[in-house]
Amino acid sequence: MSASAFVVRRGRASLRVQRRTASVFALCLVAIPLALVVSVAVGEFPVPLSEAFSALVGRGDPGTSFVIHDLRLPRALAALLAGAALGISGAIFQEVTRNALVSPDIVGVSGGASAAACAVIVLTPWDGPWAVPLGALAGALVSGALLFGLSWRDGLTGYRVVLVGIGLSSLALALTSYVLTRGRVFEVGEAYVWLVGTVNGRGWDQVTPLAMSMVLLVPASLLAGRQLDALVLGDDIARGLGAPVGRSRAGLLVLATLLTAVAVATAGPIGFVAFIAPHLARRALDSRSATALMPASAACGALLVLVADVVSRLIFAPTEMPVGLITSILAAPYFLVMLRRAANLGAAG
Amino acid sequence: MTGAPLEARELRVGYGDVRAVDGLDLAIPGQQFTMIVGANGCGKSTLLRSLARLLKPEAGSVLLDGRDILRTPSREVARRLGLLPQSPVAPEGLTVHDLVARGRYPHQGLFRQWSPEDEAAVEHALAATGVHDLADRHIDALSGGQRQRAWIAMVLAQETELVLLDEPTTYLDLAHQVEVLDLLDELVRDHGRTVVAVLHDINQACRYADHLVALVSGRIHAAGRPEDVVDAAFIQDVLGLASHVGVDPITGTPLVLPTANPRRS
Repeated sequence: MSASAFVVRRGRASLRVQRRTASVFALCLVAIPLALVVSVAVGEFPVPLSEAFSALVGRGDPGTSFVIHDLRLPRALAALLAGAALGISGAIFQEVTRNALVSPDIVGVSGGASAAACAVIVLTPWDGPWAVPLGALAGALVSGALLFGLSWRDGLTGYRVVLVGIGLSSLALALTSYVLTRGRVFEVGEAYVWLVGTVNGRGWDQVTPLAMSMVLLVPASLLAGRQLDALVLGDDIARGLGAPVGRSRAGLLVLATLLTAVAVATAGPIGFVAFIAPHLARRALDSRSATALMPASAACGALLVLVADVVSRLIFAPTEMPVGLITSILAAPYFLVMLRRAANLGAAG
Repeated sequence: MTGAPLEARELRVGYGDVRAVDGLDLAIPGQQFTMIVGANGCGKSTLLRSLARLLKPEAGSVLLDGRDILRTPSREVARRLGLLPQSPVAPEGLTVHDLVARGRYPHQGLFRQWSPEDEAAVEHALAATGVHDLADRHIDALSGGQRQRAWIAMVLAQETELVLLDEPTTYLDLAHQVEVLDLLDELVRDHGRTVVAVLHDINQACRYADHLVALVSGRIHAAGRPEDVVDAAFIQDVLGLASHVGVDPITGTPLVLPTANPRRS
């Protein structure tokens, strides 16, 4: 047994945990609640951190409690949950395709959601808190179905999924542009904000369904971690180990698509989170074990969106920026560095 | 031929119109080192991949302990037969220990992810392949020889009686080739495993094989002890090469020396 890990056993159940993984999770357990408290304290009507905390645990005065419970908490939770869902989704996409530059944004899942959401905003008279989320959900699911339908040939290969996805993504972008040219200025403005990704004004109506779907999707993804660990070694090795390669790859990609769909339906296609959260998680963990990588990516995604949302409210206060703008500004340089590194590798190989 | 742990019966495997393995019967002798040799494109990799149920035959069958391998649950197969394909690629940042631990997959369950048996098997595999000191290093930071030993350790951790390897020495320098072959030889001699490897170097195959199988266009040309099957005519038929076959001064096994190009002699 190496000194860098320990083993947890309960009856017949057992798990090997890297020490570094355990410390990363301990850190997240402190950082996420802290970010949540900061997030509900910051805004047009600032609340001291201690009072924000009291209100969160149900001991604040009625006025503060209203602001925090009914206005700010759902927004903060939307940021946290959407970030977590995107983080896990990105980790699955990257591990299954064995390509660290892939994310649900690149393969057109978020693109489909965007096209459909813009269509609802611009072309339909539908209104109310459900219209745009349901449209986005439908768009993500349709483009997910197209993605798998078109890449299926005796099963899915990661490579084909990426190629087909890039095509679908351009198609969705063209549709979105077309829809936007048809709209009136006010609607197009609204659509643009949605397209960048924002959690502004999200209420319990939108957070509850997101939370409920994640109660199903997150444990299912974590349980599939073992299959993911075999899949990343390549199809031949995974088959040699006795893993059900075709079934587990298809199942994992469907889970990842659903996670992105519910996140985007609530918060819009917040840029780069699904791409960068797994990278941050891998750096922090120094491990490739999927059972550690998925929850760590969820934590990184959640923290990233929570913090970006706070920054988006403070940076040009009282004007708010859409949160997706901040995540993109933070993550795009990292993406470029990654691409440059990949280009160097290509030149060397 | 019964009692062989792994058998192929009238096996035919193809890709589209190309028939790579063409009606072939083969029995792999237990607890011996079997080497499959042949020219490029003779179907040796296809044969190995079919034996490991990575390819589905058009006709015929592969029998593992007398049972059709395609009708045996993959988990059960994976506990009996381990496979190392040609030049596998590990994901960036994977440690040696992590890789070797993944060999335990067929022995683990949803909740039983790290039993004392898993730990013992991984420790043993790390020690047997001499990569114990590298356990916390990243695979991509290792030399070619170390990397190949780490992959072999993964297959060993699987604790299968049968171990199949496709060109395990490709891309390694001579010293590392010998190191890997010695390691496989040890598995057979000291641990009673049955090892099957596809190999390009005919002289190394002659040195290490208990049982040599030579393929020509998807069929078995000859099979047996290297001493019994390898001569100049055999080399001409199998590799299309004019040669003189002598005796290896160190091991006494056949030594193939290609006839010199007339311009050089």
